[in-house]
Amino acid sequence: MSERPLTVAVTGLNATDNPGPGVAVIRALRDADPAIRIIGFAYDALDPGIYATDLVRDIFMLPYPSQGLTAFWSRLEYVHHKLGIDVIIPTLDAELPAFLDLEPKLRELGIRMLLPTREQFTLREKGRLAQLGTKSGISVPATAVVNSIDELSRVHHRVPYPMYVKGLYYGATLALNLDDASHAFYKIVAQWGIPVVVQTQILGEEFNVVALGDGEGGLVGAVGMKKLMLTDKGKGWAGITVRDPALLAVAQQFMSATHWRGPCEIELMRDKYGQYHLIEINPRFPAWVYLSAGAGMNLPYAAVELALGRKPSIASEYTVGTLFVRISIDQIARIEDFQNMVTTGEVSR
Amino acid sequence: MSSATHLKDLALSDTGFVFDPYTGATFTTNATGLAILHALREGLSRSAIIERIRERFDVHGDVDSDLTEFYQLLRQHGVVPPNFNGVEK
Repeated sequence: MSERPLTVAVTGLNATDNPGPGVAVIRALRDADPAIRIIGFAYDALDPGIYATDLVRDIFMLPYPSQGLTAFWSRLEYVHHKLGIDVIIPTLDAELPAFLDLEPKLRELGIRMLLPTREQFTLREKGRLAQLGTKSGISVPATAVVNSIDELSRVHHRVPYPMYVKGLYYGATLALNLDDASHAFYKIVAQWGIPVVVQTQILGEEFNVVALGDGEGGLVGAVGMKKLMLTDKGKGWAGITVRDPALLAVAQQFMSATHWRGPCEIELMRDKYGQYHLIEINPRFPAWVYLSAGAGMNLPYAAVELALGRKPSIASEYTVGTLFVRISIDQIARIEDFQNMVTTGEVSR
Repeated sequence: MSSATHLKDLALSDTGFVFDPYTGATFTTNATGLAILHALREGLSRSAIIERIRERFDVHGDVDSDLTEFYQLLRQHGVVPPNFNGVEK
């Protein structure tokens, strides 16, 4: 019997100026164990991660989950039969419900994932943050779900201006008044549909934590980060690890309250009094997660170990003051790879 | 967290680069500022800090008001609490 290397499939290879986390996750796994076989799952033939030849050799196109679970499942099954998959790390918000639906079937095939339960997944939705705040004792700014322009015009009684108008999955626009809010509302509805979430602005500095929960209320590890440079889309282009016990305590509170299983990104605002307010929980690794490996606490690899039922061999501390600074480079790619992605939807190098 | 702990945890380089591990903020300061930060970490009183500055640097101006201004900068950048006026004894 031939021995197959530990094989981990990772999604989110869209390393654009609004990057998916896949490439960062793959880099972290490569750092921890160069012998891991990585399979990249892409949704577009030009996802930049496909062409990162030193990081990933086998790439398969996935159909969008919105095209139906049957097609999505067939593709995963096909890849598993072809190469064998031990663990999948989904990294994109929009695909997570599909992976949650398919988790039992994937487990039957021997494929492990480290995902929250459906209930946990729902609890951290932007529209339910207030409930999460109550349950966890974490401060949450006034937040409400809005389904119509009429509701939006009245919501300031509960959620005072200035407020952020947000899509359920993506995007946040600051609104100072109803005119601003209406404009943002229509724009988000056109792109993402309803509902729309509104949240009172908290003045202060933004901090982010990437954390990993063991599903039993424990915090396996967490790395705090302050963004040093933003893109015009507000995405972090540079950041630095920080260590504020109060910041990491929020991550612990979140895990204790929800028994979260798997990775997440906790977005917080620190006000002038040093208090943290929860802005958002993303139910997956963030695009900057390679910083965790760079700072000595490799959370993606710990997630793989946990998914496999092993005790994670993770460091208990990370190096404070470790920076990440992104770079835009032009990768040179072979036309054969592009051609194969477009025609057959797969590449093996 | 006390301001003494916060000051103690600041990463100070000899070049005057200051990193606050709690907030991720970075600053640069000159040799005098660095000397004040070191003195604060040692827990020196205001008069002892002024004396040290006079000893180490060729000072002609009003050190006391310069120190007040420096404390104001530390408060402004969140390195010390808003009511900070020297290390608590």
